[in-house]
Formats: sequence, C-alpha cells, structure tokens
Amino acid sequence: MNSAPPPRQSPLHHLHEQAGASFTDFAGWLMPVRYSSDLAEHHAVRTAAGIFDISHMAEISVTGPDAAAFLDHALAGLISAVPVGKAKYSLILEESGGILDDLIVYHLTQGAYFVVANAGNRDVVVSALQDRSAGFDVEVDDLTDSIVLIAVQGPRSREIVADVLDVPGLDELKYYAATEGTFGTAPDSSADVIVARTGYTGEDGYELYVDVPDAAALWQALVEAGASRGLVPAGLASRDTLRLEAGMPLYGHELGLDTLPEQAGLGRVANLTKDFVGKHGIEAGPAEGARVLVGLVSEGKRAGRAGYEVYSGDQVVGVITSGALSPTLGYPIAMAYVDKQYSEPGATLDIDVRGSRVAASVVQLPFYKREA
Amino acid sequence: MTDKTELQYTAEHEWVLVEGSVATVGITAYAAEKLGDIVFVDLPKAGSSVAEGKVVGEIESTKSVGELFAPVNGTVVESNDAVAASPELVNSDPFGEGWLIKVEFTELPELLTFEQYSALTGE
Repeated sequence: MNSAPPPRQSPLHHLHEQAGASFTDFAGWLMPVRYSSDLAEHHAVRTAAGIFDISHMAEISVTGPDAAAFLDHALAGLISAVPVGKAKYSLILEESGGILDDLIVYHLTQGAYFVVANAGNRDVVVSALQDRSAGFDVEVDDLTDSIVLIAVQGPRSREIVADVLDVPGLDELKYYAATEGTFGTAPDSSADVIVARTGYTGEDGYELYVDVPDAAALWQALVEAGASRGLVPAGLASRDTLRLEAGMPLYGHELGLDTLPEQAGLGRVANLTKDFVGKHGIEAGPAEGARVLVGLVSEGKRAGRAGYEVYSGDQVVGVITSGALSPTLGYPIAMAYVDKQYSEPGATLDIDVRGSRVAASVVQLPFYKREA
Repeated sequence: MTDKTELQYTAEHEWVLVEGSVATVGITAYAAEKLGDIVFVDLPKAGSSVAEGKVVGEIESTKSVGELFAPVNGTVVESNDAVAASPELVNSDPFGEGWLIKVEFTELPELLTFEQYSALTGE
C-alpha cells in the first residue's frame, strides 16, 4: 500500500473545494464526485447545463509529416480521412484486437492531432503510441499536465460558451468538430482555447481545452455566465449516470483487453481497408461463444449493478458491467455482456440483485436520446 | 430537528433514538452523504423480527447500495412509509423525517455515544 502515490489533484481543485465538492479517487486523481446532489446535477445537464472538470483525461499531441499515416497504423480508425477541424471516436487495440483504450482524435491543424485518452490508460496509451511510432516521422507528446479539460454540457451550453468565449463560427460548429477560440483574461490579453463539440453525456455540449494558467479564470467565467441559465458544477457521479443513459461505454466496465470491438458494438470503429495494430485480431473475430454488449431495462426501482449476474432460467448467461436507476427515465437500466443467443431486443432475462431475481428485457442502446 | 448529541450510534453509521422500549433507527448524515442521492429504500415490514447486527434493509443511491443493519434484537413496530415513497428524505433530513424503522426491544446493547461516533467518522 505504501507504494501507491497520493492521488493527483486537478489544477481547479481549490475551486471545487470552495464549491463544497465531495471528492473521489478516480484513476489516481482526486476528482469531484458531486457538489451537492448527483441527481440535481444529472437533471441540470438534461434540462439546462452542467460544467465538469475532466482534467484527469489524458491529452496526447501527435505531430509531424507522418502523423496521419502513423495514426492509421496505431489506431483502429481511418484517421487520415478526418479533415482539419473534425474529431473522430477511435480505439487503440492490442495485436489480439483487445481494447487498450477508447479515444477521441481531433485533427486540429494540418498534420497536428490531439489524442484524448482515459486517465487510467494514460501511460499505456502514451507508451503504445511511442512504440508504434518507430519508422514514422512523428512526435508523440503527453500534454496532460499542462492542459485542463472543462466540459460544458446540456441544452443551454452553447449560449454559455458563446457568452464567455470568442469562437468564430460557433453556431455552425457541428457535433464532433473542433475549432480555436479565445477567452479574454484581461482587457488587453486573451488565452487560446480549443473548443470541441463533443461530450460524454448524451446532450449537446462542448469540451474546452485550456492551458493550466488560464483554466481557473475560464471555469469561473463559465460558472458565472451559466448561473442565470441553470448551469451547475457537476461531478463524476452524474457524469456516470448521464453516459450510462446515453449508452456510452466506459473503459474498465464495457471495454477492456479481453473485449473485441465487435462484442462492444464498436465493430464500425475499425477500418479494415488499411493495416493497423489489432487488425488480425479483428479479422479473426471474437471467440466462439463470446458475449456481446446489450442494454437491459427493468421495472421497479431495484437496479442491477456492475458485477451482478444475468440469468435465463437457472443458467448464468451474462454479467452487468454498469447499472443504475436511471434518473431521467425513472426505471433501472444496465449494460451487460450476455451470450449471443440472448442479445436480441425483446429477450427476457433475470438479474440477480443480491439474491433476488429482477426481470429485465434486452433493449437497443442508447436508453436515452435527446430530441434533435 | 433531533439533537444529535442525544442519540446513540452504531459503527455501521446508524443512529438510534431510544424512547421507552422502542428504538427509532435511521442512518447518519455522514452515511447519507457518502451514499449520494438515495433513490430507493427497502425496509422490513411492521411485525418482522430483526436480529442485532443482521442486514434488514437496503438503501440505494444512484452510485451504490448501503445495507441497513438492525442495531437491536426485537420486532419492527413501524417502518417509515414516507421514506419508501420519497427516499430523498434520507438525504434532506436523515435525523428527522428520514428515519427508517422503529423496533421494540427488550434489551438495549451497548451503542456508541455521539462523541465516540464522531471520533469514528473524524467529523
């Protein structure tokens, strides 16, 4: 135990403390789990806006003449097809096809990419990228420590971002697109911010990448501009229920080294028209009898949770990877890996909730989809 | 509002208010805070007998599940229907309207004082 380093703190930690946050250790970072009420934070994001500090996420810069070709080799997706100003969800795989991490890749300027990885996989992803860069004229830099990532999510996020930042073309910025904005730190000086229309909540929203020295002022300005519009600071507890409702996978729950993309419903992420690390594993396909990811819904209030077994009759046919009583829908939802023959929507199964059986039906993901 | 210093406590973060031979039981603000927003409580029905230290109910938040342990041997004389209908009462008023069960007992085990419990939670 004494070898574990103390958890790292976000550069915004003092602001969260002032706001009365409770903290949790997440992937080695001490991050806000909630400020007052995780349900209120969840509902705020669905109906107005929430602001999240997700500085624990890893930002890795990939630059150089071979950057696109390198990323095509290192990642499952066809990154060279991503135009400047766009982002793409991708995966980094082992040779076997197992998932090392899921990522978002931004093409910022010609030949300059930004790879955003999960906090818990930062070192694994950085070293995999460095290993795979042999023979390519690229530079891979871990910028995590110099960047703060702030997510503003919810139907009112655009007006809040527009209020605080100067972002040319903000109104036209499409989902999974990114651009540069500026933020006035003083009358005659401003800070650069990367503004991306991405998120992990199932709502419209933005993710803002800002250098550490400018981050606190940006956070405070967003909180201030958002206050009259229903924006609240939101913690990891609500982030988890929001992403679960939106059917978004979380590494370590729905994704892992023992999972092939196809099992997780992410077969489309791998582009087989090119060579990449993990292609052979993808082509070989999942093992006979490999389970697949499904959504489960039940009635009542008793939620199946990660690790609970799923039954058909007396037979264990699956296991839950994430589950909660959905704050938006009011009934229990879960993601689970189940034997393929039970994965069709409409299939009826049972969840073992601490010794008692709760009936559940397989449904198509996501559980929640915002109105367009 | 109940005077927290007058209550007794368990190491499982329950509070116990003793009036005659009836113990009113709830979970502490510390426990409610740790659980997060409580969305479901499953309580034993009136008439069920409970044994000290045994799990008699569940308190679920969006994030996790907490177990309710019986602090005494006895018979449940009332469980809080208001909390079953509005579990958020456990967060908003854990020492008052968020009480969980009333248990009639014959012998009261040794419980923690407010000072002892505060020392346990470090608050």
